[in-house]
Amino acid sequence: MARAESDLSIRRRRPRTGERLVVRALLVCAVLSILVTVGIVAVLALDTFEFFQHYSPVEFFTGTTWAPVGGRTDSGDFGVLPLLNGTLMIGLGALVVGLPLGLLTAIYLSEYASPRVRRVLKPTLEVLAGIPTVVVGFFALNFVTPTLLRPIFGDETVFIFNAASGAIAVGLMILPIIASISEDSMRAVPTSLREAAYGLGSSKRQVSLRVVVPAALSGIAASVILAFSRAVGETMAVTIAAGNTPKITGDFFTSIQTLTAAIAQTVSGEVPAGTVRYNSLFAVGSTLFVITLAMNLLSARIVRRFRQVYQ
Amino acid sequence: MSAVTDAFAPSALRRGATRTPVKIALDAVFALLLFVGTVVGVVALGVLLFTIYDKGWDRLMADPVAFLTSYVSRLPQRAGIKAALWGSVYLMLLTALLCFPIGVGAAVYLEEFAPKNRTTNFIEANIANLAGVPSVVYGLLGLGVFARFFRLGPTLLAGALTLAVMSLPVIIVAARESVRAVPQSVRLGAYALGATRWQTVWTQVLPAALPGTLTGAILALSRAIGETAPLLVIGLPVVIFTLPNSLNDPASALPLLIFNWTGRPQASFAEAAAAASIVLLALLLAMNAVAIFLRNRFSIRW
Repeated sequence: MARAESDLSIRRRRPRTGERLVVRALLVCAVLSILVTVGIVAVLALDTFEFFQHYSPVEFFTGTTWAPVGGRTDSGDFGVLPLLNGTLMIGLGALVVGLPLGLLTAIYLSEYASPRVRRVLKPTLEVLAGIPTVVVGFFALNFVTPTLLRPIFGDETVFIFNAASGAIAVGLMILPIIASISEDSMRAVPTSLREAAYGLGSSKRQVSLRVVVPAALSGIAASVILAFSRAVGETMAVTIAAGNTPKITGDFFTSIQTLTAAIAQTVSGEVPAGTVRYNSLFAVGSTLFVITLAMNLLSARIVRRFRQVYQ
Repeated sequence: MSAVTDAFAPSALRRGATRTPVKIALDAVFALLLFVGTVVGVVALGVLLFTIYDKGWDRLMADPVAFLTSYVSRLPQRAGIKAALWGSVYLMLLTALLCFPIGVGAAVYLEEFAPKNRTTNFIEANIANLAGVPSVVYGLLGLGVFARFFRLGPTLLAGALTLAVMSLPVIIVAARESVRAVPQSVRLGAYALGATRWQTVWTQVLPAALPGTLTGAILALSRAIGETAPLLVIGLPVVIFTLPNSLNDPASALPLLIFNWTGRPQASFAEAAAAASIVLLALLLAMNAVAIFLRNRFSIRW
C-alpha cells in the first residue's frame, strides 16, 4: 500500500500558490534596490562617456581650470582639479572641526556621562544631525562668517563667501556621525578590560585614553572615514557659504567651489540636455560617486574587522 | 618602595598608577575638556536655532497668514511660501506612498524569507552602499532617469520618485531592525498553530514591527523633506503661482525656496528665508514628535 504510506507524510501536496506569489513580490521589492544602483551607475556612466567623446578625459582629470562658458556657446574648460581642491578643503576643514569635538563627545558619553545626562545629550546631538543642510548653509552665511570669522580675522581677510564657514558648517554636520559611531564602538569594548586597568590603579582618564580608545580605534577610524565621505558629498551648505569660485588654493578665507557645488550651480543655470556642459555634470557626479563609494566601502571593511574582534 | 621592586612592577603601574597631584590635576583637566567639547556641539545647535529665530521670527509673525498663503514675489515684504509649503507636503505624502510599501516588503523578504546565499549578501551590501550615496547623485539619477528618460520633466511625480529612491535604503534598514526585534517565540507560536510563513508574517510579525517601522519611516521622510540638492538637480521650480493639481504638474519645495531666498542680496530676503526655515523646522519637529509618540505609545516590550 504505497499510497497510504505517502498519506502519512505531513508534507502538503498541493502547492501554496498564493504564498509563493507573495514571497515572489517581496523578492521584487528587495531586487528594486539593485535596480536603483544599476540606474545610478548607468546614468552616470552613459553621460560621462558622452562627455568624454567631446572632452578629453586626460584634460578633465589634469586640467587646472574649471570654466564652463555660459549662454549659447557650448564650450569652456572642464578641468576637475580646482573642484577636487575645493572638496578636499571642505572635507579636511570639516574634520578639523568635527573630529576633535566628535571624539571628545564620544569619550564623554561612553565613559563619563551619567545615564541621565546621556539620555538628554544623545537626542540633542541627533537633532543637530537632522537640521536640513540648506538651513545650516543659511547659518554659515548669516552667522559664522559675519559674527564669528570676520570679527576675529578681519573684514579684509575674510570674504563673504569663504571655505572656512562652509567647513565649519559641514564640521557641525559630521560631528554627530563621528560621536555616535565612535561611542558605539567604545561601548563595545568589554568592561573586563576597563576593570583590569582600574585594578592596576589607573584613573578614569588613563582607562579612557590607554584602554578604551585604542581598543575602539577601528570603529573610530571607520566613523572618521564615513564622516569625511559625508562631508565630500554635502551640497547645500557649501554651495551657499563656500562660494562658487573654482580655483586651486589653500586659503580658507576665499571663495572656492566643490564638486557638489559645481553640480548645483550648473543645474541652476537651466542647461539644455545633450550639451557638453550638461554632460559635464555627470562626469563630476561620477567623480563624486567613485570617491564616496570608495570611502564607504573602506569604512564598512574596517567596521567588519572591528566586529570580529569583540562579538 | 625600593628601586628593585619598582623595576618588577607592571608597566601601567610604573607609568601612571601613583596618584601624584599632577596626575589628579590632569584627570580633572581631561574631564573638563571632555565636557567642554561635548557642550560645544550643543551650544552650536543652540546658536544655530537662535540665529534662525532672531532673523526670521519678526518676519514670520508680522503676518503669519499672509506669509503662509501668498505665492512668491519680487518684493520681499509680499513674498510668501504657499507653493513651496504645499509642494513639500505633497512631495512628502507621495514619497511615503511610493517607498513605504516597497521598503517594508524588501525588509520582510530579507529578514523572513531570503535564503542565506550570495544573491542575498549582494542585495544587503548594495543597500548599505546606497545609504551612503550623496543626495546630489540621487538628483542626477532623477534627472537622467525620471525627468529626461521617462520624460516626466520637473514635476511633482519626478520629485517624489527621486526622494523615494533616496529614502528607500534608510527605510529598509529601519524596517529590518524592527522586524528582527520581534522575538522568535512569536513566530514559533504561530507555526505551532498551523500558520504558514506568510500568515505568520502578516498577522504576527508585521503588526508587532509596525511602530518601529513607522518611526523609522517618518524619520527617513523628515530627512527627505529637508533635502534640497536632488530637487534642485531635477529642476523643480521656485517661481510658481499654482498648486499642483496632478502628478504631472510642476511643484516647488520649502528647502528650494529657502536656498533661492538665501542667495539673494537683499537683507529682507534673508529674513524671509529665516522665516521659511522656521516653518520647515516646525514641520520637521512635528514629524519627529509623531515618530516619538508612535514609538512610546505603541512599541511592544517583549
